[in-house]
Amino acid sequence: MTKQTSCDTFSSDRQRTVTANTMRLVILDEYDLASEWAAKYIRNRIIQFQPCAERYFTLGLPTGSTPYGCYQKLIEYYRSGDISFKYVKTFNMDEYVGLPRAHPESYHSYMWNNFFKHIDIDPANAHILDGNVEDLEAECQAYEQKIAEAGGIELFVGGIGPDGHIAFNEPGSSLVSRTRVKTLAKDTIVANARFFGNDLSKVPTMALTVGVGTVMDAKEVMILITGAHKAFALYKAIEEGVNHMWTVSAFQQHPRTIFVCDEDATLELRVKTVKYFKGLMHVHNKLVDPVLSIKDQ
Amino acid sequence: MPSNKSVSDAPITQFINCRILRDHQLQREDLWVRDGRILDPEKLFFDEQGYADKRVDCEGSIIAPGFIDVQINGGYGIDFSQASEDVVAGISFVAKKILEHGVTSFCPTLVTSPPAVYHKVPPTLEPRWEPLVLPQVKVHNGGAHGAGVLGFHLEGPFISLEKKGAHPEQFLRTFRSGGIEDVMEAYGSLDNVAMVTLAPELASSQSVVRELSKRGITVSLGHSVANLAQAEEAVKHGASFITHLFNAMLPFHHRDPGIVGLLTSDQVPAGRTVYYGMIADGIHTNPAALRIAHRAHPSGLVLVTDAITAMGLPPGRHTLGQQVIEIQGLNAYVAGTTTLCGSIATLDMCIRHFKQASGCSVEEALEAASLHPAQLLGISHKKGNLDYGSDADLVLLDDGLNVSATYISGDEVWRRGP
Repeated sequence: MTKQTSCDTFSSDRQRTVTANTMRLVILDEYDLASEWAAKYIRNRIIQFQPCAERYFTLGLPTGSTPYGCYQKLIEYYRSGDISFKYVKTFNMDEYVGLPRAHPESYHSYMWNNFFKHIDIDPANAHILDGNVEDLEAECQAYEQKIAEAGGIELFVGGIGPDGHIAFNEPGSSLVSRTRVKTLAKDTIVANARFFGNDLSKVPTMALTVGVGTVMDAKEVMILITGAHKAFALYKAIEEGVNHMWTVSAFQQHPRTIFVCDEDATLELRVKTVKYFKGLMHVHNKLVDPVLSIKDQ
Repeated sequence: MPSNKSVSDAPITQFINCRILRDHQLQREDLWVRDGRILDPEKLFFDEQGYADKRVDCEGSIIAPGFIDVQINGGYGIDFSQASEDVVAGISFVAKKILEHGVTSFCPTLVTSPPAVYHKVPPTLEPRWEPLVLPQVKVHNGGAHGAGVLGFHLEGPFISLEKKGAHPEQFLRTFRSGGIEDVMEAYGSLDNVAMVTLAPELASSQSVVRELSKRGITVSLGHSVANLAQAEEAVKHGASFITHLFNAMLPFHHRDPGIVGLLTSDQVPAGRTVYYGMIADGIHTNPAALRIAHRAHPSGLVLVTDAITAMGLPPGRHTLGQQVIEIQGLNAYVAGTTTLCGSIATLDMCIRHFKQASGCSVEEALEAASLHPAQLLGISHKKGNLDYGSDADLVLLDDGLNVSATYISGDEVWRRGP
């Protein structure tokens, strides 16, 4: 007994999307262009996937100032009717422990204000770790379970800390770690103080975070890195070896990674590296040009 | 999308494409309503995984909290202080009409009146009907039937003879028995009374002010020749409002500013605010005086209409009770003279005039007719703002602050025709 669904038409494009193993370093001139490139990539990936009720597109999501521009562009694409998040499931990377959910600096608030409230995602499909439950361990395990039940993450979007961490996997984290409770490093607390009135005592000291291993399980990983203050971390992440002190370096061993940066983020890289990848921009741009739209379906 | 809520089955409405007045600013945000109250959409999203059942496209309108008029004597031919065959119908008629001005709650005002208006008296003549007003109208919520009644504003009879204005002299009273007993004797019951205007220079007024304040009734100073010291004394005992500033009181004098001096008095107890009513129709207060008051004490300004029976009637002559009135534009004269006989501006007109005359922001103009009266009456936990949990009494306005639609408890109760 077959049910006619919108998924029935399989296009060969879908088969082609995630097969080649690649590491791409995509360099744009500045922040807005990097945000736009990343947003177009996400848009194309979702539309090419042709998600439907039987097969959701699972997206891992970050917070912070870096992805803000990307979220703004995605909202723009939703408003213009070019994409829909109706069949998208999202899994955020992390959330503070002990911070009230309604606090303006919680990651729930960030996601609501900067993304969810502007788009058509089903609230039941927007997953964020809950840092206020009694049993934090159980919450972490349940989260891993939810990801597995959703069929794994198709595309995990992340950022990088100045200390090279991915999510809250601070220097020294296991590179095969799973979702768990982490105590935040001093660097991270200092970096976050600006969101808490520059009062270090107000910054949460613990967080729930997906592990490096959790993100490595995703079919594809896209890391957004913008700004000169992230340049040294980017250097450590891609020009030095895989090292648990710079946890983003783990993605050198992921089958399909894209680093999207602006010029400033490349300041600590070798000129040779930058020239090489800039020379590949015509290839990279094929991923976002033409940009797809659900209006054409 | 169908709703999916575990907390309540009531439908959820989302107002989109609007600018809402929140935290003293116009913000580009959607407004969510459920069960007649403003809903927190973030809680809805994360706690209940719910979403809207219905979306209302506001096409760029401003959404302000519904306006609150704490001084209105009647309109559309109805005089609240005149008993009639059907007092309730009269008040209801006006309540429905003022929805067009964005007013969602009001205090029907009774000027100094014969005792029979306030409570039952043994009839000396056979009346055609019970001349009773006060006990007939209870505090009640608004809805499609009209704006909600927050309680009566009793302006008099405990006012000054010298500043009686148009109030009938023979019914003025003093506190003979020493206080609240006179009040109870005059009014009968205070059950549905929100505010009382009195003259604080009357002997024994302090205990009355204290007692009324204790009962949760707002005490306002007006129709008075009090000096600043007497006014400050009344404020210390609980008075918190000034009835139509500048009118029916001593003018500002630099050695004794009188009641007007309360705007900048340093004797107001900490944590308390003195509010003041302004009739901003451009006629009853010179715009320069309006600006002086606003600049001296912006957070206390409460716009009121003090509208009379003739408000809402078309230009020309009208016979109202014993008077013949002539309406020309915003002026209502005793027919054949240039004597003004009351204000006929609507509250939305007052807001527009106030903004234009004072140069204040849109937010300030709107708050003077919503947030401030709600704070004055002590009901700002549920009215006068668009905070989560407040009653969803809303006004939709265009950029010129003209009312395009009015909502009470989340339901549309009036919309401007094409």
